[in-house]
Amino acid sequence: MLNRFMQMRLRDLIILAIILFALPLFLNNPFHYDLATQMAIIAATVVGLNLLVGFAGQISLGHAGFFGLGAYFTGIMTSSYGWSSVPALVVGAIAVGIIAWIVGRPILRLKGHYLSMATLAVGFIIAIILNNERALTGGPDGMPVPAFTVFGWELSPFGSYNLLGMELNGSEAWYLFAALVLLVAVWLAQNLIDSPIGRALRSVHGSEVAARVVGVDTARYKSLVFVVSAIYASAMGSLYAHFQGFITPAVAGFDFSILFITMVVLGGMGSTMGVILGAVVLKLLPQVLADFQELETVMFGAILMLTMIFMPKGLLPTIQMAVGKRMKKKAGGQA
Amino acid sequence: MSALIEVKGLDKAFGGVHAVEGVSFSVEAGQVYSVIGPNGAGKTTLFNLISGIYTPTKGEISLKGESTARLEPNQLAERGMCRTFQQMQICMNMSAIENVMLGRHLKLRSNLFTTLFRLPSLLRDEKSCRERAAELMEFVGCGDYLDTEASAMSYGALKRLEIARALAAEPKVILLDEPAAGLNAVETAALEKLIRKIADQGTTVMLVEHDMKLVMGISDRLLVLNYGRVLAEGTPEEIRNNPDVIAAYLGG
Repeated sequence: MLNRFMQMRLRDLIILAIILFALPLFLNNPFHYDLATQMAIIAATVVGLNLLVGFAGQISLGHAGFFGLGAYFTGIMTSSYGWSSVPALVVGAIAVGIIAWIVGRPILRLKGHYLSMATLAVGFIIAIILNNERALTGGPDGMPVPAFTVFGWELSPFGSYNLLGMELNGSEAWYLFAALVLLVAVWLAQNLIDSPIGRALRSVHGSEVAARVVGVDTARYKSLVFVVSAIYASAMGSLYAHFQGFITPAVAGFDFSILFITMVVLGGMGSTMGVILGAVVLKLLPQVLADFQELETVMFGAILMLTMIFMPKGLLPTIQMAVGKRMKKKAGGQA
Repeated sequence: MSALIEVKGLDKAFGGVHAVEGVSFSVEAGQVYSVIGPNGAGKTTLFNLISGIYTPTKGEISLKGESTARLEPNQLAERGMCRTFQQMQICMNMSAIENVMLGRHLKLRSNLFTTLFRLPSLLRDEKSCRERAAELMEFVGCGDYLDTEASAMSYGALKRLEIARALAAEPKVILLDEPAAGLNAVETAALEKLIRKIADQGTTVMLVEHDMKLVMGISDRLLVLNYGRVLAEGTPEEIRNNPDVIAAYLGG
Protein backbone atom coordinates (compact mmCIF):
# COMPACT_ATOMS: atom_id res chain seq x y z
CA MET A 1 0.00 0.00 0.00
CA LEU A 2 1.42 3.34 -1.01
CA ASN A 3 0.52 6.14 1.32
CA ARG A 4 -0.54 9.56 0.12
CA PHE A 5 2.92 11.01 0.47
CA MET A 6 4.69 8.29 -1.45
CA GLN A 7 2.30 8.59 -4.37
CA MET A 8 2.75 12.36 -4.49
CA ARG A 9 6.48 11.99 -4.21
CA LEU A 10 6.85 9.59 -7.09
CA ARG A 11 4.51 11.65 -9.25
CA ASP A 12 6.40 14.88 -8.49
CA LEU A 13 9.83 13.37 -9.14
CA ILE A 14 8.74 11.87 -12.45
CA ILE A 15 7.11 15.09 -13.62
CA LEU A 16 10.19 17.07 -12.64
CA ALA A 17 12.51 14.63 -14.44
CA ILE A 18 10.41 14.78 -17.61
CA ILE A 19 10.37 18.58 -17.58
CA LEU A 20 14.11 18.83 -16.91
CA PHE A 21 15.08 16.42 -19.68
CA ALA A 22 12.52 17.71 -22.19
CA LEU A 23 13.58 21.29 -21.61
CA PRO A 24 16.59 21.15 -23.99
CA LEU A 25 14.08 20.86 -26.86
CA PHE A 26 13.18 24.49 -26.18
CA LEU A 27 16.65 25.80 -25.41
CA ASN A 28 18.44 26.81 -28.55
CA ASN A 29 21.53 28.73 -27.57
CA PRO A 30 24.18 28.71 -24.81
CA PHE A 31 22.57 31.73 -23.14
CA HIS A 32 19.34 29.78 -22.61
CA TYR A 33 21.29 26.84 -21.22
CA ASP A 34 23.20 29.09 -18.85
CA LEU A 35 19.99 30.60 -17.58
CA ALA A 36 18.45 27.14 -17.09
CA THR A 37 21.56 25.96 -15.25
CA GLN A 38 21.42 28.94 -12.91
CA MET A 39 17.75 28.24 -12.33
CA ALA A 40 18.42 24.62 -11.40
CA ILE A 41 21.20 25.53 -8.95
CA ILE A 42 19.12 28.28 -7.33
CA ALA A 43 16.07 26.01 -7.29
CA ALA A 44 18.01 23.35 -5.37
CA THR A 45 19.03 26.05 -2.87
CA VAL A 46 15.44 27.12 -2.25
CA VAL A 47 14.32 23.48 -1.98
CA GLY A 48 16.68 23.37 1.02
CA LEU A 49 15.51 26.73 2.36
CA ASN A 50 11.91 25.53 2.04
CA LEU A 51 12.65 22.75 4.54
CA LEU A 52 13.33 25.46 7.09
CA VAL A 53 10.70 28.01 6.07
CA GLY A 54 7.89 25.97 4.55
CA PHE A 55 8.01 22.83 6.66
CA ALA A 56 9.47 23.84 10.02
CA GLY A 57 7.94 27.34 9.91
CA GLN A 58 11.15 29.18 10.80
CA ILE A 59 12.58 32.00 8.73
CA SER A 60 16.01 32.92 7.44
CA LEU A 61 16.60 36.27 5.79
CA GLY A 62 20.32 35.59 5.61
CA HIS A 63 20.52 32.37 3.69
CA ALA A 64 22.63 33.88 0.94
CA GLY A 65 25.30 34.12 3.63
CA PHE A 66 25.61 30.33 3.67
CA PHE A 67 25.38 30.23 -0.13
CA GLY A 68 28.21 32.76 -0.30
CA LEU A 69 30.33 30.91 2.25
CA GLY A 70 30.07 27.74 0.17
CA ALA A 71 30.92 29.65 -3.00
CA TYR A 72 33.98 31.32 -1.44
CA PHE A 73 35.19 28.17 0.30
CA THR A 74 35.20 26.42 -3.05
CA GLY A 75 36.75 29.44 -4.78
CA ILE A 76 39.56 29.79 -2.27
CA MET A 77 40.35 26.09 -1.84
CA THR A 78 40.33 25.25 -5.56
CA SER A 79 42.18 28.32 -6.81
CA SER A 80 44.68 29.03 -4.01
CA TYR A 81 45.17 25.58 -2.48
CA GLY A 82 44.73 23.35 -5.51
CA TRP A 83 41.90 21.27 -4.00
CA SER A 84 39.69 19.27 -6.29
CA SER A 85 36.04 20.41 -6.56
CA VAL A 86 34.26 17.59 -4.78
CA PRO A 87 36.34 17.65 -1.58
CA ALA A 88 36.07 21.45 -1.53
CA LEU A 89 32.28 21.23 -1.86
CA VAL A 90 31.93 18.54 0.80
CA VAL A 91 34.34 20.04 3.34
CA GLY A 92 32.83 23.49 2.71
CA ALA A 93 29.33 22.14 3.29
CA ILE A 94 30.37 20.44 6.54
CA ALA A 95 32.11 23.62 7.75
CA VAL A 96 29.05 25.73 6.89
CA GLY A 97 26.86 23.15 8.64
CA ILE A 98 28.93 23.54 11.80
CA ILE A 99 28.78 27.33 11.56
CA ALA A 100 25.00 27.16 11.07
CA TRP A 101 24.69 24.90 14.11
CA ILE A 102 26.73 27.25 16.31
CA VAL A 103 24.82 30.30 15.10
CA GLY A 104 21.45 28.53 15.04
CA ARG A 105 21.43 27.23 18.62
CA PRO A 106 21.02 30.70 20.18
CA ILE A 107 19.07 32.52 17.46
CA LEU A 108 16.47 29.82 16.85
CA ARG A 109 15.17 30.47 20.36
CA LEU A 110 13.80 33.67 18.87
CA LYS A 111 10.45 33.79 17.13
CA GLY A 112 8.83 35.83 14.37
CA HIS A 113 10.33 39.24 13.65
CA TYR A 114 13.16 38.70 16.13
CA LEU A 115 14.30 35.59 14.29
CA SER A 116 14.04 37.48 10.98
CA MET A 117 16.29 40.23 12.32
CA ALA A 118 18.83 37.79 13.76
CA THR A 119 19.12 35.80 10.51
CA LEU A 120 19.29 39.04 8.55
CA ALA A 121 22.24 40.05 10.73
CA VAL A 122 23.96 36.69 10.15
CA GLY A 123 23.74 37.27 6.40
CA PHE A 124 25.09 40.79 6.70
CA ILE A 125 28.00 39.74 8.89
CA ILE A 126 29.05 37.07 6.40
CA ALA A 127 28.79 39.51 3.48
CA ILE A 128 30.87 42.09 5.37
CA ILE A 129 33.56 39.53 6.17
CA LEU A 130 33.76 38.43 2.53
CA ASN A 131 34.03 42.08 1.52
CA ASN A 132 36.77 42.93 3.95
CA GLU A 133 39.04 39.88 3.91
CA ARG A 134 40.76 41.07 0.75
CA ALA A 135 43.77 38.80 1.10
CA LEU A 136 41.57 35.71 0.97
CA THR A 137 38.53 36.75 -1.03
CA GLY A 138 39.76 39.57 -3.24
CA GLY A 139 37.31 41.90 -1.47
CA PRO A 140 34.57 43.70 -3.43
CA ASP A 141 36.38 42.98 -6.70
CA GLY A 142 35.64 39.29 -6.34
CA MET A 143 37.73 36.32 -7.34
CA PRO A 144 37.97 33.89 -10.24
CA VAL A 145 37.04 30.25 -9.68
CA PRO A 146 38.48 27.37 -11.72
CA ALA A 147 36.27 24.94 -13.62
CA PHE A 148 34.54 22.04 -11.85
CA THR A 149 36.77 18.96 -11.80
CA VAL A 150 36.09 15.35 -10.83
CA PHE A 151 38.96 12.85 -10.92
CA GLY A 152 40.89 15.07 -13.28
CA TRP A 153 37.91 15.39 -15.58
CA GLU A 154 36.90 19.01 -16.13
CA LEU A 155 33.41 20.42 -16.58
CA SER A 156 33.74 23.86 -18.10
CA PRO A 157 31.10 26.00 -19.86
CA PHE A 158 33.59 26.33 -22.70
CA GLY A 159 34.48 22.68 -23.14
CA SER A 160 32.96 20.10 -25.43
CA TYR A 161 31.85 16.66 -24.34
CA ASN A 162 30.66 13.35 -25.64
CA LEU A 163 27.92 11.67 -23.62
CA LEU A 164 26.82 8.23 -24.92
CA GLY A 165 27.49 9.32 -28.46
CA MET A 166 25.81 12.73 -28.07
CA GLU A 167 27.95 15.75 -28.82
CA LEU A 168 27.47 18.30 -26.01
CA ASN A 169 28.96 21.73 -25.64
CA GLY A 170 29.96 23.00 -22.18
CA SER A 171 26.68 24.82 -21.52
CA GLU A 172 24.64 21.75 -22.36
CA ALA A 173 26.80 19.51 -20.19
CA TRP A 174 26.51 21.92 -17.26
CA TYR A 175 22.75 22.02 -17.68
CA LEU A 176 22.45 18.23 -17.54
CA PHE A 177 24.69 18.14 -14.50
CA ALA A 178 22.65 20.84 -12.71
CA ALA A 179 19.40 19.07 -13.63
CA LEU A 180 20.67 15.86 -12.04
CA VAL A 181 21.77 17.76 -8.95
CA LEU A 182 18.30 19.32 -8.66
CA LEU A 183 16.64 15.90 -8.93
CA VAL A 184 18.87 14.52 -6.18
CA ALA A 185 18.24 17.61 -4.03
CA VAL A 186 14.49 17.14 -4.42
CA TRP A 187 14.68 13.41 -3.73
CA LEU A 188 16.66 13.96 -0.51
CA ALA A 189 14.30 16.72 0.62
CA GLN A 190 11.27 14.52 0.00
CA ASN A 191 12.85 11.66 1.92
CA LEU A 192 13.46 14.00 4.82
CA ILE A 193 9.91 15.36 4.85
CA ASP A 194 8.19 11.96 4.79
CA SER A 195 9.97 10.49 7.81
CA PRO A 196 9.89 10.65 11.60
CA ILE A 197 12.33 13.56 11.41
CA GLY A 198 10.11 15.28 8.84
CA ARG A 199 7.03 14.87 10.98
CA ALA A 200 8.89 16.33 13.95
CA LEU A 201 9.93 19.29 11.77
CA ARG A 202 6.43 19.87 10.49
CA SER A 203 5.01 19.59 14.01
CA VAL A 204 7.26 22.45 15.08
CA HIS A 205 5.32 24.50 12.53
CA GLY A 206 1.91 22.94 13.22
CA SER A 207 1.91 23.11 17.01
CA GLU A 208 5.14 23.46 18.92
CA VAL A 209 3.52 22.63 22.25
CA ALA A 210 1.93 19.45 20.84
CA ALA A 211 5.32 18.45 19.50
CA ARG A 212 6.94 18.90 22.89
CA VAL A 213 4.40 16.89 24.87
CA VAL A 214 4.89 13.87 22.63
CA GLY A 215 8.61 14.13 23.22
CA VAL A 216 9.96 16.17 20.31
CA ASP A 217 12.98 18.19 21.41
CA THR A 218 11.89 21.17 19.33
CA ALA A 219 15.07 23.19 19.85
CA ARG A 220 17.15 20.30 18.51
CA TYR A 221 14.98 19.87 15.44
CA LYS A 222 14.99 23.57 14.64
CA SER A 223 18.79 23.52 14.74
CA LEU A 224 18.87 20.38 12.62
CA VAL A 225 16.74 21.82 9.83
CA PHE A 226 18.65 25.11 9.96
CA VAL A 227 21.87 23.15 9.47
CA VAL A 228 20.42 21.01 6.66
CA SER A 229 19.14 24.06 4.79
CA ALA A 230 22.50 25.81 5.27
CA ILE A 231 24.28 22.74 3.86
CA TYR A 232 22.00 22.82 0.81
CA ALA A 233 22.87 26.50 0.34
CA SER A 234 26.59 25.93 0.79
CA ALA A 235 26.77 23.01 -1.66
CA MET A 236 24.80 24.93 -4.26
CA GLY A 237 26.97 27.99 -3.65
CA SER A 238 30.01 25.84 -4.46
CA LEU A 239 28.48 24.69 -7.75
CA TYR A 240 27.36 28.23 -8.57
CA ALA A 241 30.92 29.48 -8.08
CA HIS A 242 32.30 26.85 -10.47
CA PHE A 243 29.61 27.51 -13.02
CA GLN A 244 29.99 31.31 -12.99
CA GLY A 245 33.77 31.10 -12.92
CA PHE A 246 33.86 34.36 -10.98
CA ILE A 247 32.29 35.39 -7.68
CA THR A 248 31.82 38.63 -5.78
CA PRO A 249 30.52 39.19 -2.23
CA ALA A 250 27.12 39.88 -3.83
CA VAL A 251 26.49 36.10 -3.77
CA ALA A 252 26.27 36.39 0.02
CA GLY A 253 24.36 39.67 -0.07
CA PHE A 254 21.01 40.85 1.17
CA ASP A 255 19.48 40.96 -2.34
CA PHE A 256 20.23 37.28 -2.83
CA SER A 257 18.75 36.37 0.56
CA ILE A 258 15.57 38.25 -0.27
CA LEU A 259 15.46 36.61 -3.70
CA PHE A 260 15.62 33.14 -2.08
CA ILE A 261 12.88 33.87 0.43
CA THR A 262 10.70 35.46 -2.25
CA MET A 263 11.05 32.32 -4.36
CA VAL A 264 9.86 30.19 -1.44
CA VAL A 265 6.91 32.43 -0.60
CA LEU A 266 5.85 32.98 -4.22
CA GLY A 267 6.18 29.34 -5.23
CA GLY A 268 4.43 28.00 -2.16
CA MET A 269 5.81 27.44 1.34
CA GLY A 270 5.86 23.74 2.09
CA SER A 271 5.55 22.73 -1.56
CA THR A 272 8.80 21.39 -2.99
CA MET A 273 7.59 21.61 -6.58
CA GLY A 274 6.12 25.03 -5.82
CA VAL A 275 9.39 26.60 -4.73
CA ILE A 276 11.08 25.29 -7.89
CA LEU A 277 8.40 27.09 -9.90
CA GLY A 278 9.05 30.15 -7.74
CA ALA A 279 12.74 30.01 -8.59
CA VAL A 280 12.00 29.68 -12.32
CA VAL A 281 9.53 32.59 -12.35
CA LEU A 282 11.79 34.93 -10.41
CA LYS A 283 14.84 34.07 -12.52
CA LEU A 284 12.85 34.65 -15.71
CA LEU A 285 11.26 37.90 -14.60
CA PRO A 286 14.40 40.08 -14.84
CA GLN A 287 15.00 38.69 -18.37
CA VAL A 288 11.49 39.62 -19.47
CA LEU A 289 11.60 43.01 -17.76
CA ALA A 290 15.21 43.84 -18.61
CA ASP A 291 14.27 47.48 -19.32
CA PHE A 292 13.21 48.05 -15.70
CA GLN A 293 16.32 46.65 -14.09
CA GLU A 294 16.67 49.42 -11.50
CA LEU A 295 13.20 48.56 -10.21
CA GLU A 296 14.10 44.91 -9.58
CA THR A 297 14.16 45.11 -5.77
CA VAL A 298 10.91 47.06 -5.75
CA MET A 299 9.33 44.38 -7.93
CA PHE A 300 10.46 41.57 -5.63
CA GLY A 301 9.01 43.45 -2.68
CA ALA A 302 5.72 43.96 -4.51
CA ILE A 303 5.60 40.29 -5.52
CA LEU A 304 6.24 39.21 -1.94
CA MET A 305 3.46 41.46 -0.63
CA LEU A 306 0.92 40.60 -3.28
CA THR A 307 1.57 36.88 -2.87
CA MET A 308 1.09 37.05 0.89
CA ILE A 309 -2.15 39.01 0.54
CA PHE A 310 -3.77 37.25 -2.43
CA MET A 311 -2.10 33.83 -2.58
CA PRO A 312 -0.89 33.04 0.93
CA LYS A 313 -0.40 29.41 -0.04
CA GLY A 314 1.78 30.40 -3.01
CA LEU A 315 1.62 29.97 -6.75
CA LEU A 316 1.65 26.21 -7.26
CA PRO A 317 -0.65 25.17 -4.37
CA THR A 318 -3.14 27.85 -5.47
CA ILE A 319 -3.09 26.56 -9.06
CA GLN A 320 -3.40 22.96 -7.85
CA MET A 321 -6.40 23.87 -5.70
CA ALA A 322 -8.10 25.74 -8.55
CA VAL A 323 -7.55 22.83 -10.95
CA GLY A 324 -8.73 20.34 -8.32
CA LYS A 325 -11.94 22.31 -7.79
CA ARG A 326 -12.62 22.53 -11.51
CA MET A 327 -12.10 18.81 -12.00
CA LYS A 328 -14.44 18.06 -9.12
CA LYS A 329 -17.06 20.36 -10.64
CA LYS A 330 -16.71 18.64 -14.01
CA ALA A 331 -16.95 15.18 -12.44
CA GLY A 332 -20.00 16.33 -10.50
CA GLY A 333 -21.60 17.70 -13.69
CA GLN A 334 -21.19 14.41 -15.53
CA ALA A 335 -22.59 12.26 -12.73
CA MET B 1 4.27 1.01 46.75
CA SER B 2 4.65 4.75 46.49
CA ALA B 3 2.36 6.91 44.40
CA LEU B 4 2.87 7.38 40.65
CA ILE B 5 2.47 11.13 40.84
CA GLU B 6 3.16 12.99 44.05
CA VAL B 7 2.50 16.74 44.31
CA LYS B 8 3.60 18.65 47.40
CA GLY B 9 2.94 22.29 48.29
CA LEU B 10 2.69 23.32 44.66
CA ASP B 11 2.55 27.05 43.99
CA LYS B 12 2.37 29.03 40.77
CA ALA B 13 2.16 32.81 40.78
CA PHE B 14 1.63 35.03 37.75
CA GLY B 15 2.75 38.40 39.01
CA GLY B 16 0.81 38.75 42.26
CA VAL B 17 -1.90 36.26 41.35
CA HIS B 18 -1.55 32.77 42.76
CA ALA B 19 -3.21 30.55 40.16
CA VAL B 20 -2.27 27.48 42.16
CA GLU B 21 -1.43 27.74 45.84
CA GLY B 22 -0.24 25.08 48.26
CA VAL B 23 -1.69 22.15 46.35
CA SER B 24 -0.74 18.64 47.49
CA PHE B 25 -2.11 15.29 46.39
CA SER B 26 -0.97 11.96 45.06
CA VAL B 27 -2.16 9.70 42.28
CA GLU B 28 -1.78 5.91 42.46
CA ALA B 29 -0.91 3.95 39.34
CA GLY B 30 -3.94 2.70 37.44
CA GLN B 31 -6.37 5.26 38.85
CA VAL B 32 -8.67 7.62 37.02
CA TYR B 33 -7.99 10.81 38.93
CA SER B 34 -10.07 13.88 38.15
CA VAL B 35 -9.53 17.54 38.94
CA ILE B 36 -12.68 19.62 39.12
CA GLY B 37 -13.55 23.11 40.19
CA PRO B 38 -15.26 26.29 39.01
CA ASN B 39 -13.85 28.29 36.07
CA GLY B 40 -10.55 29.92 36.96
CA ALA B 41 -9.92 27.54 39.84
CA GLY B 42 -6.47 26.67 38.47
CA LYS B 43 -7.16 23.25 36.95
CA THR B 44 -5.44 23.87 33.64
CA THR B 45 -2.57 25.66 35.40
CA LEU B 46 -2.15 22.55 37.54
CA PHE B 47 -2.01 20.38 34.41
CA ASN B 48 0.49 22.75 32.79
CA LEU B 49 2.67 22.45 35.88
CA ILE B 50 2.49 18.66 36.01
CA SER B 51 3.22 18.31 32.27
CA GLY B 52 6.19 20.69 32.39
CA ILE B 53 4.76 23.53 30.33
CA TYR B 54 5.00 25.82 33.38
CA THR B 55 7.72 25.74 36.01
CA PRO B 56 6.35 25.95 39.54
CA THR B 57 7.11 29.01 41.68
CA LYS B 58 7.35 26.72 44.71
CA GLY B 59 6.71 23.10 45.56
CA GLU B 60 7.56 19.64 44.33
CA ILE B 61 6.22 17.28 41.69
CA SER B 62 7.49 13.76 41.34
CA LEU B 63 6.77 11.02 38.85
CA LYS B 64 7.61 7.50 40.06
CA GLY B 65 9.71 9.02 42.84
CA GLU B 66 11.77 11.22 40.51
CA SER B 67 11.48 14.97 40.89
CA THR B 68 10.12 16.42 37.65
CA ALA B 69 9.23 20.02 38.51
CA ARG B 70 12.07 21.48 36.42
CA LEU B 71 11.83 19.17 33.42
CA GLU B 72 10.74 20.18 29.92
CA PRO B 73 7.59 18.62 28.41
CA ASN B 74 9.66 16.49 26.02
CA GLN B 75 11.71 15.14 28.93
CA LEU B 76 8.48 14.26 30.73
CA ALA B 77 7.27 12.50 27.60
CA GLU B 78 10.41 10.37 27.74
CA ARG B 79 9.41 9.43 31.29
CA GLY B 80 5.96 8.29 30.25
CA MET B 81 3.71 11.34 30.51
CA CYS B 82 1.52 12.61 27.71
CA ARG B 83 -1.44 14.95 27.53
CA THR B 84 -4.15 16.61 25.49
CA PHE B 85 -5.16 20.25 25.60
CA GLN B 86 -8.30 22.19 26.35
CA GLN B 87 -7.49 24.30 23.29
CA MET B 88 -6.79 21.38 20.96
CA GLN B 89 -3.24 21.25 19.65
CA ILE B 90 -3.40 19.42 16.34
CA CYS B 91 -0.86 19.94 13.56
CA MET B 92 -3.15 21.22 10.83
CA ASN B 93 -0.35 21.00 8.27
CA MET B 94 -0.40 17.20 8.44
CA SER B 95 -2.82 14.39 7.73
CA ALA B 96 -4.73 12.75 10.57
CA ILE B 97 -2.57 9.64 10.67
CA GLU B 98 0.63 11.68 10.57
CA ASN B 99 -0.52 13.45 13.71
CA VAL B 100 -0.86 10.09 15.44
CA MET B 101 2.44 8.86 13.98
CA LEU B 102 4.03 11.97 15.47
CA GLY B 103 2.91 10.59 18.83
CA ARG B 104 5.26 7.64 18.30
CA HIS B 105 8.20 9.98 17.91
CA LEU B 106 10.08 8.58 20.89
CA LYS B 107 9.52 4.98 19.81
CA LEU B 108 11.28 5.47 16.48
CA ARG B 109 14.97 5.01 15.96
CA SER B 110 15.94 6.90 12.87
CA ASN B 111 18.86 9.10 12.06
CA LEU B 112 19.58 11.61 9.33
CA PHE B 113 21.43 9.04 7.25
CA THR B 114 18.74 6.34 7.16
CA THR B 115 16.19 9.10 6.56
CA LEU B 116 17.89 10.88 3.66
CA PHE B 117 18.53 7.67 1.76
CA ARG B 118 15.31 5.94 2.84
CA LEU B 119 17.10 2.78 3.89
CA PRO B 120 15.08 -0.41 4.50
CA SER B 121 15.34 -0.09 8.30
CA LEU B 122 13.52 3.23 8.11
CA LEU B 123 10.83 1.85 5.81
CA ARG B 124 10.21 -1.07 8.17
CA ASP B 125 9.92 1.31 11.13
CA GLU B 126 7.58 3.58 9.22
CA LYS B 127 5.36 0.71 8.16
CA SER B 128 4.90 -0.62 11.69
CA CYS B 129 4.47 2.93 12.99
CA ARG B 130 1.70 3.54 10.47
CA GLU B 131 -0.01 0.26 11.33
CA ARG B 132 0.09 1.06 15.06
CA ALA B 133 -1.24 4.57 14.39
CA ALA B 134 -4.09 3.16 12.31
CA GLU B 135 -4.98 0.75 15.13
CA LEU B 136 -5.05 3.60 17.61
CA MET B 137 -7.26 5.70 15.34
CA GLU B 138 -9.61 2.72 15.14
CA PHE B 139 -9.44 2.41 18.95
CA VAL B 140 -10.50 6.02 19.56
CA GLY B 141 -13.09 5.86 16.80
CA CYS B 142 -11.64 7.88 13.95
CA GLY B 143 -10.55 4.96 11.78
CA ASP B 144 -12.36 6.45 8.79
CA TYR B 145 -10.07 9.46 8.62
CA LEU B 146 -6.62 7.90 8.12
CA ASP B 147 -5.32 10.03 5.26
CA THR B 148 -7.72 12.94 5.71
CA GLU B 149 -6.04 16.30 6.19
CA ALA B 150 -6.43 17.28 9.85
CA SER B 151 -7.73 20.67 8.72
CA ALA B 152 -10.70 18.94 7.04
CA MET B 153 -11.86 17.04 10.15
CA SER B 154 -14.73 17.86 12.51
CA TYR B 155 -14.16 19.14 16.02
CA GLY B 156 -15.29 15.93 17.69
CA ALA B 157 -13.05 13.78 15.50
CA LEU B 158 -10.05 16.03 16.19
CA LYS B 159 -10.64 15.69 19.94
CA ARG B 160 -10.43 11.91 19.59
CA LEU B 161 -7.44 12.24 17.27
CA GLU B 162 -5.59 14.18 19.95
CA ILE B 163 -6.21 11.35 22.42
CA ALA B 164 -4.93 8.83 19.84
CA ARG B 165 -1.76 10.88 19.43
CA ALA B 166 -1.20 10.93 23.19
CA LEU B 167 -1.81 7.17 23.39
CA ALA B 168 0.63 6.56 20.54
CA ALA B 169 3.43 7.52 22.89
CA GLU B 170 2.38 4.58 25.12
CA PRO B 171 2.34 6.77 28.21
CA LYS B 172 2.12 5.48 31.78
CA VAL B 173 -0.04 8.47 32.61
CA ILE B 174 -2.20 10.49 30.28
CA LEU B 175 -3.53 13.95 31.16
CA LEU B 176 -6.83 14.84 29.47
CA ASP B 177 -7.76 18.52 29.72
CA GLU B 178 -11.52 18.88 29.22
CA PRO B 179 -11.91 16.14 26.63
CA ALA B 180 -15.71 16.46 26.68
CA ALA B 181 -15.84 20.22 26.12
CA GLY B 182 -17.87 20.97 23.01
CA LEU B 183 -19.03 17.38 22.55
CA ASN B 184 -22.71 16.41 22.32
CA ALA B 185 -24.33 13.78 24.58
CA VAL B 186 -23.66 10.87 22.21
CA GLU B 187 -20.01 11.85 21.74
CA THR B 188 -19.60 12.28 25.50
CA ALA B 189 -20.96 8.77 26.13
CA ALA B 190 -18.47 7.42 23.59
CA LEU B 191 -15.70 9.37 25.31
CA GLU B 192 -16.64 7.86 28.67
CA LYS B 193 -16.30 4.38 27.20
CA LEU B 194 -12.97 5.35 25.64
CA ILE B 195 -11.53 6.66 28.92
CA ARG B 196 -12.65 3.45 30.63
CA LYS B 197 -10.91 1.39 27.94
CA ILE B 198 -7.72 3.41 28.38
CA ALA B 199 -7.82 2.92 32.14
CA ASP B 200 -8.55 -0.80 31.74
CA GLN B 201 -5.35 -1.15 29.76
CA GLY B 202 -3.46 -0.03 32.85
CA THR B 203 -2.79 3.58 31.86
CA THR B 204 -3.26 6.08 34.66
CA VAL B 205 -5.64 8.83 33.61
CA MET B 206 -5.74 12.35 34.99
CA LEU B 207 -8.77 14.29 33.92
CA VAL B 208 -9.90 17.91 34.06
CA GLU B 209 -13.57 18.03 33.23
CA HIS B 210 -16.71 20.07 33.79
CA ASP B 211 -19.21 17.35 32.87
CA MET B 212 -20.12 16.13 36.37
CA LYS B 213 -21.99 13.06 35.20
CA LEU B 214 -18.91 11.92 33.29
CA VAL B 215 -16.50 12.73 36.11
CA MET B 216 -18.53 11.11 38.90
CA GLY B 217 -19.09 8.03 36.75
CA ILE B 218 -15.50 7.15 35.91
CA SER B 219 -13.22 8.67 38.56
CA ASP B 220 -11.58 6.66 41.31
CA ARG B 221 -10.68 9.83 43.19
CA LEU B 222 -11.29 13.54 42.74
CA LEU B 223 -9.50 16.73 43.63
CA VAL B 224 -11.64 19.85 43.98
CA LEU B 225 -9.89 23.18 43.43
CA ASN B 226 -11.28 26.60 44.25
CA TYR B 227 -9.32 29.84 43.80
CA GLY B 228 -6.13 27.80 43.31
CA ARG B 229 -6.45 25.93 46.63
CA VAL B 230 -7.55 22.41 47.41
CA LEU B 231 -11.14 22.47 48.60
CA ALA B 232 -11.57 18.72 48.97
CA GLU B 233 -10.05 15.42 47.92
CA GLY B 234 -11.60 11.97 47.98
CA THR B 235 -13.76 9.38 46.28
CA PRO B 236 -16.74 10.53 44.20
CA GLU B 237 -19.05 9.55 47.08
CA GLU B 238 -17.13 11.69 49.59
CA ILE B 239 -16.99 14.65 47.22
CA ARG B 240 -20.68 14.47 46.44
CA ASN B 241 -21.51 14.81 50.14
CA ASN B 242 -18.87 17.37 51.05
CA PRO B 243 -20.62 20.57 52.24
CA ASP B 244 -17.74 22.84 51.12
CA VAL B 245 -17.95 21.49 47.59
CA ILE B 246 -21.70 21.92 47.47
CA ALA B 247 -21.29 25.50 48.69
CA ALA B 248 -18.62 26.31 46.10
CA TYR B 249 -20.62 24.85 43.27
CA LEU B 250 -24.07 26.04 44.20
CA GLY B 251 -22.92 29.30 45.79
CA GLY B 252 -23.52 29.15 49.52
